This record gives sequence, structure tokens and C-alpha cells, in this order.
Amino acid sequence: MALHDSQIAGALTKASVLENLGAVRAMIRRHKRNDIVFAGIGLLALMLGLLTLLTLFIDLVMDGYPRFNLQFLSEFPSRRAGSAGLLSAWVGSALIMIVTFLTAVPVGVAAGVYLEEYAPKNWFSDLIEINVSNLAGVPSIIYGLLALGLFVYGLDLGQSILTAGLTLGLLILPIVIVSTREAIRGIPVAIREAAYAVGATKWQVVSDHVVKYSQGGILTGVIIGMSRAIGETAPIITIGALTFIAFLPPSPISDVAPYLNFEWLSSSFTVLPIQMFNWLSRPDHAFHINAAATGAIIIMLTLLMNGTAIYLRYQIRKNIKW
Amino acid sequence: MVNTSTPLKAESKDLNFFYANGHQALKSVNMPLYENKITALIGPSGCGKSTFLRCFNRMHDLYPGNKYEGGIVMHPDNTNVLAAGVDPIEVRMRISMVFQKPNPFPKTIFENVAYGLHVRDEKNKRVIADKVEEALKGAALWDEVKDRLNDLAFNLSGGQQQRLCIARALATDPEIMLFDEPTSALDPIATANIEELMSELKNKLTILVVTHNMQQAARVSDYTAYMYLGELMEYGDTDTIFTRPTRRETEDYITGKFG
Ligand SMILES: Nc1ncnc2c1ncn2[C@@H]1O[C@H](COP(=O)(O)OP(=O)(O)OP(=O)(O)O)[C@@H](O)[C@H]1O
Ligand SMILES: [Mg+2]
Repeated sequence: MALHDSQIAGALTKASVLENLGAVRAMIRRHKRNDIVFAGIGLLALMLGLLTLLTLFIDLVMDGYPRFNLQFLSEFPSRRAGSAGLLSAWVGSALIMIVTFLTAVPVGVAAGVYLEEYAPKNWFSDLIEINVSNLAGVPSIIYGLLALGLFVYGLDLGQSILTAGLTLGLLILPIVIVSTREAIRGIPVAIREAAYAVGATKWQVVSDHVVKYSQGGILTGVIIGMSRAIGETAPIITIGALTFIAFLPPSPISDVAPYLNFEWLSSSFTVLPIQMFNWLSRPDHAFHINAAATGAIIIMLTLLMNGTAIYLRYQIRKNIKW
Repeated sequence: MVNTSTPLKAESKDLNFFYANGHQALKSVNMPLYENKITALIGPSGCGKSTFLRCFNRMHDLYPGNKYEGGIVMHPDNTNVLAAGVDPIEVRMRISMVFQKPNPFPKTIFENVAYGLHVRDEKNKRVIADKVEEALKGAALWDEVKDRLNDLAFNLSGGQQQRLCIARALATDPEIMLFDEPTSALDPIATANIEELMSELKNKLTILVVTHNMQQAARVSDYTAYMYLGELMEYGDTDTIFTRPTRRETEDYITGKFG
């Protein structure tokens, strides 16, 4: 931008100020055009993604609309499309998610905390670090093959809910580890030093501070991982989920002490996406309605879980300011 | 060179310190720390004041690769706190620290002050409550927070947060308290509060304080050490240092001609 001619000379005349002001305003207008252009492009890019998803979702909802009722959730699959339901599939999905949660959270959090706080920084930890990130990108069917060899045949767990839960737990482990580490890295050095300065050991710092303050981030990672796991189909098919199940696994809760029951772990099962796939592969169009309704339900579940993650993170972060 | 009738609490002996990148930040520092006195560390930015202070509670051990040579001997037990066989956690149990920026935990006021006791396995609720009250009174914060002990510490003002951090450091009855520019983030009134507090605290313990504020050093400290480029240039009782420094550089720094 031009300096005032008169500034060099000394005093500012009104005319020179006005002239300069005009030039400055023209420049700002020119610069701001870039804002408008980018905002337009950005919005378009965003809409492209969102609209595709929205169209898909609306399409599924419209197709599956006739089956949106409680009966759809409380009936077993059947040869007659109109009375076939999702009961065994959603119960299977829910039970598997419990196992997934219980494996991925303790293992993932422990691994993340170890890598971040305890592991010595050397070539070996670098190698592990690279591999953890790589694991997140391994195609899920590979996990299925691994699980087939390890859980089904190696450990003889069979084609069970336990096997499926462990497999999906393994699948989302990298997500949990990475989100744990990121959450831990967000804790300011000053807070750690404050804890060490009063005489805390590393374990006290980890358990009283590090894990507590990173709960929000860890939880978000866990839920996002679970919302991915709930839609996974390939590894579940690989380990041998059934596609037609007209019974429920034994209930995890029993009415006699100790009130818990673990037989359900070894039960065979099906899950929502497999049920959907099964209906989709039938020639009879009536079953496609069921598939569409199931698809819509899976998307809603995923959205619900991600929404919960955002809400919980907000709630937990609310009390932490740094 | 100084009053010898006051007992020594600690002294640094030929202390060298190297950061992990090889930079030698302290060069053969020898300095006494007298019991129940306030010693002020002054000197231009980057001269090694914080580095020196953080040797006392082995804060440098948190980062790999840092290296000490020489010692800091504590009395009356003659423990060299820098010796390889001495656990830094034991040292931090005896020497507490207040940082430049208030750094309360994202916990309640009560939990913040009680944390040192928790770390020391104190389980008795009565004892904890008494100690917390005593520490908050010692930090001149009790009257302001006694009705809101379960509020989050972040809801306090900056000056209150700093006094909370002092209370946290006080609750565990340390022998020495380290202050690294404790008032640099505070307004003049909060600063005056904290200076007054330090003068009272020295009846109970020994204080080492880093400050950039010459008036503060002159007001609160009994002894002053002037550091420059990692070396201790001059040490003496505060009156002497501020009125008749032996070295030209010290005088220039104090009078603001340099630094
Ligand atoms: N982590 C580190 N690694 C390497 N060098 C460091 C590190 N921290 C500090 N230093 C260097 O050590 C010297 C002393 O730093 P120190 O922080 O002790 O100075 P200071 O006197 O406290 O300064 P200020 O008054 O600005 O706080 C400086 O030259 C600084 O650059
Ligand atoms: Mg400093």
C-alpha cells in the first residue's frame, strides 16, 4: 500500500487522508473477494458429502417406511417378508457390542497410556507407533481371517458371540489407542508438573490426572469405534455368522444368584448388517423393504452414537478449561 | 561473606546442569540457602534462574537426557538431593514448588489443596479437612473460599488461583518452598498479597524465589543472588546487594542500566 505522500513531507492534509482511505477500502474489498470465493467452494464440497448421505438416508426411509413399527423389532426373521423382524439381529448386535466394548476399552486405554506415559522413546516404540497407525487401515476382512484362525480354530471359541465381539474389539483397538493418546497429549505440561511437584509417582499422575482428564476424548474414540463396529459385515461373515436365526441367545441375566449368566457368549448369532444383506439378496421385492428399513435403522444408530459421543465430550470438557 | 549465625537449610555445591541438547545452563553454582529466610534469584532472562530453581525439586528428571553434576545438600540430614541414589519423589515430598502461571488441577478447591495429602496416603477425613483449612488460611485464601470448597478451582480469579497453588504446596508441610516468578501474572494488589504471604511463611519454612521485579526482591528477600549466563555472579544479604553491590554488572542490572 502506498504511503501518504504528505506523510513523508510531514503534515497530513484532509485531501490526502481521504484519498488514502479510498485506496485502503478498495484493497480490503479486493482481499475479501477471496473469502467469498472460498466460502462458496467450501460449502459446495460440504453439501456434496452431506447431500449424498441425506439422499441415501431419505431413500432408505421411504423404501422401508411400511416396516417402521415395533413388530419389526420384536419378530424373528421369517419366510414371509411382511412378518419377518429384526429381533435376533438387534439382540445379536447389542450383545456383541457389549463384548467389543469390554475388550477394546481396557486394552486400548492401557496400551495408549503405556505408549504415551511409560514406553521409552526409541526406535522400537517408533516401530510400534507406526504399526498401530497402520492397523487402523487394515481392511476389516483381514481381521475376520485372523479371528477365524485365532479365535474360532486356535482358541476353539467357535462361531460365537464371544468370537465376534473379540474380533470387532480388535478391529476398533487402533481407534481407541489413537484417541487415548491424543486425549493424553492434550493435557498441559503445567498440570503434570503440578502433580509431580507435590510428590506424585508416575502411576498417581496417570490414575489421578492423565486418565481422568482424557476421559472425554477416550470416550469419543470408543463410541466412534463402536459405531464403526456395529455396521461391520465382512469380518463377521468370515468368522461364520448365520444369516437366518430364529432364536435368542440365553439371557445374560438370570433370576437366581449370581444373577449373571455367560452361556450367551458361546451362542451362535446374527447381526443387523448381515440380516440386511440376507434380505437384500432375496429375489422377492417384499424383502427389500425390510432391508431398506434395517439400513435406515443402522444409519440412525450410527448417528445416535456419534451424537452421544459429541454430547458426552462436551459435558466432560465443560469442567476442564486450559 | 554472610551472616553465619543463621543455620543453613541447603547449599548448592559446584552445581553444573546440562539440558538434553547439551546446553550447559548452570556453571559451577555455589550458593547457601539459610533456614527461615527468603532468598531471591535475580538476573536477566535466560540466565538460568528457573533452571537452578528446578534442580532443587528435581523437576528436570521428568525429561530424559538432562544431567546434573555437583550437588545440592540439604540440612540437617546432609542429603545430596541430586545424588543418583536419592529418589526425586522423596525430594519433592520435602521441597514444594509454586509455578509462574497458576496451575490448579481441574478439580475442586478442596481436592486441589488435599492432593498432596492424598499422594501421601492420608486417609483420615478429619486430618485432611484440618490440613486443608490450615493451608488455605496460611495462603490467605480461607475467608474467600470457605463457603465454596467444592467449587471448581478454575472459577477462582488468577490471584486466588495462585494462592490456591500456594496452599496446595503448603498443605504437605514442606521444608523448602520454591517460587518461580509467582506474581508475574498478577495485578499489584494480588502481588502485594502474595509478598505479604511469603514474609509470613518464612517463619515456618525456607523460601527460594525467582523474580524479575527488583522492588519485589528488595521488599521480601533477606538474601539476593544475581545470576548471569548460568553463573552466580554475586550473592549477599539483600541490603548490601541493593545498596553496595561489589560488582559493576550487578549494579547495572539492579538499576536498570542493563537486562
Ligand atoms: N528444555 C531446555 N532445553 C535446552 N535449553 C533450555 C531448556 N530450557 C531452558 N533452556 C536454556 O537454558 C537457559 C536458562 O533458561 P532458564 O529458563 O533457566 O532462564 P531464566 O533465567 O529462568 O529466564 P526467564 O527469566 O526468562 O524465565 C536459557 O539459555 C534457555 O534457553
Ligand atoms: Mg524462568
